[in-house]
Amino acid sequence: MSVAAIEVVDLVKRYTSRAAAVTALDGVSLRIEQGEFFGLLGPNGAGKTTLISIVAGLARASGGRATVLGYDVVSAYRAARLQLGVVPQELVFDPFFSVRETLRIQSGYFGIRDNDAWIDEVMAALDLSNKADANMRTLSGGMKRRVLVAQALVHRPPVIILDEPTAGVDVELRQTLWAFVRRLNREGHTIVLTTHYLEEAQALCGRIAMLKAGRLIALDETRNLLQRLSGLRLALRFRGALPAALDAAVIERADGYAVLRLARVDEVEATLAALRHQGVVLEDLEVGHADLEDVFLQLMAEDRPRIAA
Amino acid sequence: MSSADVRGGAAPGRLPKPRAASAVGFRTLLYKEVLRFWKVSFQTVAAPVLTGVLYLLVFGHVLEAHVEAFPGVSYTAFLIPGLVMMSVLQNAFANSSSSLIQSKITGNLVFVLLAPLANGEFFAAYVIAAVVRGLVVGLGVFAVTVWFAPPALAAPLWALAFALGGAALLGVLGLIAGIVSDKFDQLAAFQNFIIMPATFLSGVFYSVHGLPPFWQMVSHFNPFFYMVDGFRYGFFAQSDVSPWVSLGVVAVALGASSAVALRMLARGYKIRH
Repeated sequence: MSVAAIEVVDLVKRYTSRAAAVTALDGVSLRIEQGEFFGLLGPNGAGKTTLISIVAGLARASGGRATVLGYDVVSAYRAARLQLGVVPQELVFDPFFSVRETLRIQSGYFGIRDNDAWIDEVMAALDLSNKADANMRTLSGGMKRRVLVAQALVHRPPVIILDEPTAGVDVELRQTLWAFVRRLNREGHTIVLTTHYLEEAQALCGRIAMLKAGRLIALDETRNLLQRLSGLRLALRFRGALPAALDAAVIERADGYAVLRLARVDEVEATLAALRHQGVVLEDLEVGHADLEDVFLQLMAEDRPRIAA
Repeated sequence: MSSADVRGGAAPGRLPKPRAASAVGFRTLLYKEVLRFWKVSFQTVAAPVLTGVLYLLVFGHVLEAHVEAFPGVSYTAFLIPGLVMMSVLQNAFANSSSSLIQSKITGNLVFVLLAPLANGEFFAAYVIAAVVRGLVVGLGVFAVTVWFAPPALAAPLWALAFALGGAALLGVLGLIAGIVSDKFDQLAAFQNFIIMPATFLSGVFYSVHGLPPFWQMVSHFNPFFYMVDGFRYGFFAQSDVSPWVSLGVVAVALGASSAVALRMLARGYKIRH
C-alpha cells in the first residue's frame, strides 16, 4: 500500500471552556490516497474545518494522529506543511501588500525565492494577471478568493485542501476555479474539497466522506454512495389524498409536489397503481435518479454509519 | 482498486518536489514584518519622531533652568537620551504587538501558521522587526533632537547595547501582549496601563536620585529604569546605578520574557487552537 496523501487515525478534538465542553471530532479515522479528488461533506459544525485545521497544523488534536504524505503533522510539521496547500474558508488577506507581493511573500515562507515564473502561471490560470500590482484591499471578494487559491499553490504542494472555496462566489470564478483544480488533479495533485454545494462534490469528487457531529458517518466512492443509498426520486402533483401506505416514502413536499424515494424502478408502477386504486388524479409526474443531496439528507437522518471496507 | 485508480489520476511521482525548509522562510517573515511598518512609515516612524521632538521642546524649555539631573549636564542634554530610549522601547513594543493582533483579528496570521516555520523563527522574526523599528524611530528622534544640545556619547557601545537589549525586550513583551490579547481593547490596556506608566516612571524626564527614598526604591523594581539609565550612561558615563547591574537586569528580563513567549508559541496558546 502506498503512502496516503492524508491519513487521520482516531482523531479527537475537544474544546473546553468555562461554559461547556464541546467534542468537535470524536474518533475520526480516514485515509485519502494520492491523486484522489476527495470530498469532505457535512452540515455546519460537523467537524470538517476542525479536521482540516488539525491536518494543516492550525489546531492541535486532543487525541489521535494525522499525517500528510506520511509526515506526522506534529512531529514532522515542516515536511508535512511543505506537502500541503490550504485554501482557508474565511476571506482573509494582508492589506499592506499587492497581489504579487502577497504571492512572493507566501513563496518565501515555503523556502522559495525566485518563484515569479510559477506565480505568473498561477495568476494567469486564475485570471489574476491584470491585478498583479493592485493592493489586496482594492480587490473584489471574488478576486480575493482567487488570490487565496494562488497563495495555497505557490509552493506547488502535492496535496491541496480547499475549504469551501466557492462559498459566495460567482459562476465565472466557480468555473475558472474548477477547471484549474481539475487540471491540477489530472497532473497528480491530491485534492480535498469541502463544500455545501453538493452538486459540485457529486461532479468532482471520486470519493466522499460525510461527517456528522464530529463522527464519520459515510466513506465511499461517490457512485457507490449514490447507488447504494439513493434509488429513484418520484415527484408527483395530484388531486386527492395520498394513500397512507405511501407516506413513509415521502421525503419532501414543496411547490404542490410530493417527492417520494423509491428503492427500485419497479416500485414506480406499484406506486401509480396505489394512486389509481385510491382515485387520485395525477396532474404531473417526474422520475429521476436521486442526487447527492438526497443521499446527504438521508445519511444525516440516519444513525448507522456507512463506511466502505 | 483504490479510488485514485478509479479517477485515473496521474502518477504523483511526476509532481515537482517541494524544496526543503531553509532560512528563506525566516528571512521572508522578517522582511514582511519590516516592510509592513515601512509601508506606513508616516504613522510608524515620522509620528513618534515628532512626538519626541515635542516632548523635548516643552519639557526642555520649561525645566532647563530648574533641573540639573547630572553634574555638568544640561537638562536638555540629559533629556535627549531618555526620549530616544523611550521612543525605542515604545515603538518596539508597538511593532510586534500591533502586527500580531492585526493579523489575528483580520485572520491573515493563517498564512504564517500554515508555513513550515519553527516557533523560534516566528519569534525571532517578530522580535528583530520590532528591534529594527525601535532603532529606526530612536535614530530619528536622536537625529532631530541632537541639534538642541549635542550630547557627548562617552561610551557608545553601552548605548548600543541598551538600545538593542531594550528594543528586544519590548519586542518580546509586545509579542506576548499580541498573543494574549484577543481584541485591540485588551492590547490598549497593556499599552496604557503597563508600558506607558513604566516608561514614564523610568527616569526619562528625571534622575531617580532626585526622588524621595520610597519612590527611588520603587523605581528599582521597574526594569525600564535600568534600560533608560544604562542607555544614558552611554552618553554621559554617569548613571544612577552601575551599567553592569542594568545590563544584568535587562538580560534576565529578556531571557525570562523570551522563555514565556517561546513557551506560549510551543503550546500554540491563543494562536493554534
